[in-house]
Amino acid sequence: MNAQPRYFAPLARRLHWLMALMVIAMLFIGAGMVASVSERHEWLIHLHKPLGIAILALVIVRLVVRFSTRQPPLPADLPLWQVLAAKASHWVLYGLMLVLPLLGWAMISAAGDPVMLSSSLQLPALVPANAQLFAVLRKAHGLLAYLLFLTVLLHLAAALFHGLIRRDGVLQSMTGTKD
Amino acid sequence: MVDHSSPPRPPLSTASLIVRLASIGVVVAVAAGAFAYVNGTLDPQRLRPKTLVNALETNNGLHPGYRRNHAKGVCVTGYFESSNEARQYSSAQVFSEARTPIIGRFALPSGNPYAPDSSVPLRSFALQFSLANGQQWRTGMNSMPVFPVGTPEAFFQMLKAGAPDPATGKPNPASMPAFFASHPETASFLAWVKTAKPSASYATETYNSINAFYLVNASGQRQAVRWGVVPQSQDAPGATAPEGSDFLEKDLTQRLVTGPLRWQLNVTLANPGDPVDDASKAWAGEHKVLNAGTLVLESSQPQLDGDCRDINFDPLILPSGIEASNDPLLAARSAAYASSYLRRTSEVSQLPSAPQESKP
Repeated sequence: MNAQPRYFAPLARRLHWLMALMVIAMLFIGAGMVASVSERHEWLIHLHKPLGIAILALVIVRLVVRFSTRQPPLPADLPLWQVLAAKASHWVLYGLMLVLPLLGWAMISAAGDPVMLSSSLQLPALVPANAQLFAVLRKAHGLLAYLLFLTVLLHLAAALFHGLIRRDGVLQSMTGTKD
Repeated sequence: MVDHSSPPRPPLSTASLIVRLASIGVVVAVAAGAFAYVNGTLDPQRLRPKTLVNALETNNGLHPGYRRNHAKGVCVTGYFESSNEARQYSSAQVFSEARTPIIGRFALPSGNPYAPDSSVPLRSFALQFSLANGQQWRTGMNSMPVFPVGTPEAFFQMLKAGAPDPATGKPNPASMPAFFASHPETASFLAWVKTAKPSASYATETYNSINAFYLVNASGQRQAVRWGVVPQSQDAPGATAPEGSDFLEKDLTQRLVTGPLRWQLNVTLANPGDPVDDASKAWAGEHKVLNAGTLVLESSQPQLDGDCRDINFDPLILPSGIEASNDPLLAARSAAYASSYLRRTSEVSQLPSAPQESKP
């Protein structure tokens, strides 16, 4: 067997950083647009929808990359609870990146609104129009977006903990830098 | 070089450990703080969609399941027959197809679903055009020609002026005149409202988009417009609103028994210099008006089980070929309607199940 890789695959790293930017932008866009009655509300929504679909497409690519490349192992001396927290939080991140765009798409469909990515690019409805279903999906979209933001914060704190405190190469496995 | 098989590096000094842990804390706190600012938690003065909807609930009482404004209404269905006259100005399919199905809603501009029909001299008409290509055009029109104010901030101040005084349960009678006095942009609306009377029928009213939009044609040319629908039915001279508080829906149903009701869709082209971002100002003088086609309404349904109930008549749901103007009320309407829509769709099970009856 070959030696364990020290770094994530270059494509996995590129996808991670690109999506990190997109997801963080998306979380701020979403939180800002629903808290504004100004023109910001409108142009942020026009960013939110196509960006969400782009994230959905990329997370599917990313899952394929994840399963088809080898991951650097976590440090052998990492306490079990941290190992479990790391693995669980990663699957929460993948799950939410996949589910949130689908919920957004479905909730627009459930409201009976056309799902427009631009003034003329339209997606089919994901579910039939249903007001009560809309309310459930809309609330889930908001709550899970907050969960995603909290998970991103935790991920950020953990990455810095590895980089600054443990200095165990975990942060470098994603930055690709040699320290 | 990092080596996974080797143990972690030499321990950090206590001072260094504290600095590094604190740095991580600062990064996370800054990110969380920025988010709390953007979502309004750390910016409580910002006018948010929920601020407007809360103000409507304060003024009208909470009526679960109903729209927070224009709560009393009736659903209608029919179609739009295009005249082709707007085709050179807009690539929207609604202006080129012969027929486009519509779902509409007539309503009273108040957040109380039990308000008497004679309580306000205003009526509204909202429409959803379902285009053959799957796009939609939604518009919420009102019988007044201009909006009282031009900005969401002024609208919020107007709602506050109409809020009930906790001591008396009624609005302070001095508040609204004081609001109008401090907002001179309300003059056009006030001049109109002096002459307005509660009409006896939804069918004899003219309804106006009030906000401006752009028609965009296939070559990308943009023309600022306002639109409105003009009824083909007319009141008999001297007709007045009948007694009772729920005559509008009955009148509409009766008229539809004898045949369809029609409106002409007029599109007024802005002249250079017309304000396209201020719904409180009329477009004065001569204007070119297109006859874009005819609305034909064939049937009505009570709003509690009609097709219009679950439609959010968001004025920014527009087809390709119609675009929003910079009127700040448009984004505010869209944002506030979304908030109202989430509240009422969460309360559907609390709606009365039978068709709406007048309540004492």
